[in-house]
Amino acid sequence: MSRPLLDVSGLTMRFGGLLAVDGVHLSVEPGQIVSMIGPNGAGKTTVFNCLTGFYKPSGGKILFDGREIQGMPGFKVARRGMIRTFQHVRLFKEMTVVENLLVAQHQHMNTNLLAGLFKTPGYRRSEQEALERAAYWLDRVDLHAFANRPANTLAYGQQRRLEIARCMVTQPKLLMLDEPAAGLNPRETDDLKELISELRDQHQITVLLIEHDMKLVMSISDRIVVINQGRPLAAGTPDEIKQNPDVIKAYLGET
Amino acid sequence: MAMPESLYYFIQQLINGLTVGSTYALIAIGYTMVYGIIGMINFAHGEIYMIGSYIAFIVIAALAMFGIESVPLIIVAAFAISMMVTSAYGYSIERVAYRPLRGGNRLIPLISAIGMSIFLQNLVRIAQGSRDIAMPTMISGGVDIGPHEGFHATLSYMQMIIFVVTLITMFGLTLFISRSRMGRACRACAEDLKMTNLLGINTNGIIALTFVIGAALAAIAGVLLGMYYGVINPYIGFMAGLKAFTAAVLGGIGSIPGAVLGGLLLGVTEAITAGYFSSEYKDVVAFALLILILLFRPSGILGRPEVEKV
Repeated sequence: MSRPLLDVSGLTMRFGGLLAVDGVHLSVEPGQIVSMIGPNGAGKTTVFNCLTGFYKPSGGKILFDGREIQGMPGFKVARRGMIRTFQHVRLFKEMTVVENLLVAQHQHMNTNLLAGLFKTPGYRRSEQEALERAAYWLDRVDLHAFANRPANTLAYGQQRRLEIARCMVTQPKLLMLDEPAAGLNPRETDDLKELISELRDQHQITVLLIEHDMKLVMSISDRIVVINQGRPLAAGTPDEIKQNPDVIKAYLGET
Repeated sequence: MAMPESLYYFIQQLINGLTVGSTYALIAIGYTMVYGIIGMINFAHGEIYMIGSYIAFIVIAALAMFGIESVPLIIVAAFAISMMVTSAYGYSIERVAYRPLRGGNRLIPLISAIGMSIFLQNLVRIAQGSRDIAMPTMISGGVDIGPHEGFHATLSYMQMIIFVVTLITMFGLTLFISRSRMGRACRACAEDLKMTNLLGINTNGIIALTFVIGAALAAIAGVLLGMYYGVINPYIGFMAGLKAFTAAVLGGIGSIPGAVLGGLLLGVTEAITAGYFSSEYKDVVAFALLILILLFRPSGILGRPEVEKV
């Protein structure tokens, strides 16, 4: 059996007196799409924030690709191949679409100022590769025609796709999407579903998803983890989750 | 064709104003770039300018001691060494006094900056003495604009050097910000520091780079103004820093073109006040301008209205 790409145990996050995340366990196998669901305020986004180094967790262990990463600064976590989006669009709005994709590849590029000044062959090559990768992903998310437009002139759905492309050019191992379908219409949601499946099937990307759109979650997830009030409530395949009485109670309330 | 004296007088004020204004702009860029990325006013920045002047003086004196007389060589060495030393200062100040305080209340780094400013001023005062130091005059003369007899305006060679050096610096900075990869990362940081970090970019490194660039530009201004005025003392950084800060706010803090515009505008305003009213009032007018801007257009001329950052 393969080693999990992400293995979280006992993750705890305390804000003053509030225990936002309390002993969350999470295991993601390579090549899977795992969804995290739960009522609003359950602590899902806080888990994301702890994983990506946005917050320093108060306790617990995060093993990513065989290394402990809890408390590591965000850029180092990202360089190990964990990349995320936020609930709201966080593009560099004043940069062009292609610049958004180039700046995301900064870590892979030769940023030596002298090399840039004299445009050494290595510098040119890395620039060329970055541009090609950007073009490839712009094609994938259907934004090629907008490459030189400022990012804030794109429509909302396009901005969300550009965010996924920006994640992909960093060549991640784990893609974490925080409510990617929020604000999308049904057609756009279908496109998104196709894109996420394609990422897994053709690019061997592992996906961790927070999503409220149950239709989307149930149809693409390999596994689902339910979190309620900061605590893990259930985990299993979509069918198991649908049948789980605890989950039904948490979502529908006591009857 | 005879032009009226008053026109030459005006041209002279304009030249003087643009000279001082372009050095304000150089210092203001340091304020505005740091503010653009971490939202903090680096009040120790004026002292960096002062230290830049002192380093230039030391270099000039040392080279003279070794018997080197080539003026271009001395000037180039003064610029290069002054920029290197102040870059080290800029980097260290950020590393020691600001970075450990980042992430908390925004007031705390501000107070740390004021403390750093007092520290640097006194450091130089103790090391170099508090009296005025005369910079040796290396470049004199200029070109007359207008008739040789009677009243005319003069553009001195020193002023020309200030214009040319400032222009080259601005051009280089613009290229760096808009074309280079590091510049691209700087722009990303200015838009969304945390997101940039989560994309795998070492944002602390970019912030340090911003301080280094700002310090180097302040050193350029320090060398230029030191040679222009011919007198330096440990207190010049305070007023120059306040003026450059005013320039940055005037143009719209966070905007580099704004800092340039604000610097030039402030320099010209001061020169016109001094020329037509009284030079004693030029600081009054400069800071009245700051208050007016803060009251009626806090985002400055080219700045955008403040958007709450998450």
